[in-house]
Amino acid sequence: MKGWTRRRGHLVAVLDPSEAALLRGLVTQIRDMLGARAADAPDDELAQLTGMTTGLSTPPEDRVLARLLPDFSRDDDGLSGGMRSLHEPELLAEKDGVAAVVLDTCPPHGGQVRLTPEQAAAWLSALNDVRLALGTALEVTEDLPDELPPEDPRASHLPVYHWLTWMQESLVGALSG
Amino acid sequence: MTTPAELEQTQVDPAEDELGAQDRPWLTIVWNDPVNLMSYVTYVFQKLFGYSRDEATKLMLDVHHKGRAVVTRGSKDKMEADVAKLHGAGLWATMQRDT
Repeated sequence: MKGWTRRRGHLVAVLDPSEAALLRGLVTQIRDMLGARAADAPDDELAQLTGMTTGLSTPPEDRVLARLLPDFSRDDDGLSGGMRSLHEPELLAEKDGVAAVVLDTCPPHGGQVRLTPEQAAAWLSALNDVRLALGTALEVTEDLPDELPPEDPRASHLPVYHWLTWMQESLVGALSG
Repeated sequence: MTTPAELEQTQVDPAEDELGAQDRPWLTIVWNDPVNLMSYVTYVFQKLFGYSRDEATKLMLDVHHKGRAVVTRGSKDKMEADVAKLHGAGLWATMQRDT
């Protein structure tokens, strides 16, 4: 792909078949991971009575998931727990929603993607979620080199991360310009 | 966290109570992380909080160089909502009482 451009109010890009498949695969993985977390939420009588979903009050043990669902406080576990159970269902739904927008608008076999500004904003959030997940798994740092030595187990995955970074940067530019 | 001295004060003066317990300043803080793009963070600050591009850029640079920046301040409820919005955008944000 050559990056995003703005045409008559829409954000447009062309994805190769392999790029579309890669992106859809990554977004689906994140969505499944978040879906599994949502399924762990308590389903008690109170929730059924009030119709209000309450989330878990403890952070995910998995560090990738924990980065996508951060604590509300750095030093007050009580505050963090209360806020988490209150807000996490909404946050999970929001992340699921932006992932769904990407899967609805990214053609499975590649080709042109044409987005309204609202859809483009959803793409930005979804791309960011994928980068956060991959970046956490790859333990990226700010001074991460473009390439890692071939013996580094992360070396083969890094180009995917850099590609996502480039695509997101291009979309922010097209949206802000 | 609560402090008994502050509670006592709000009980003494009902007018103070409205501004005190409810609106005692809380802060929303965004922390630096190695993944979020500088351009994206600036975009998020503009979009979520209505900052101008210059204001949003300055806050983003504070996060980048100082490791953190206070992006909004106000009531606990408002900061709770702001942190939730920032988490939706994938930024690393927390809330705390102003000291």
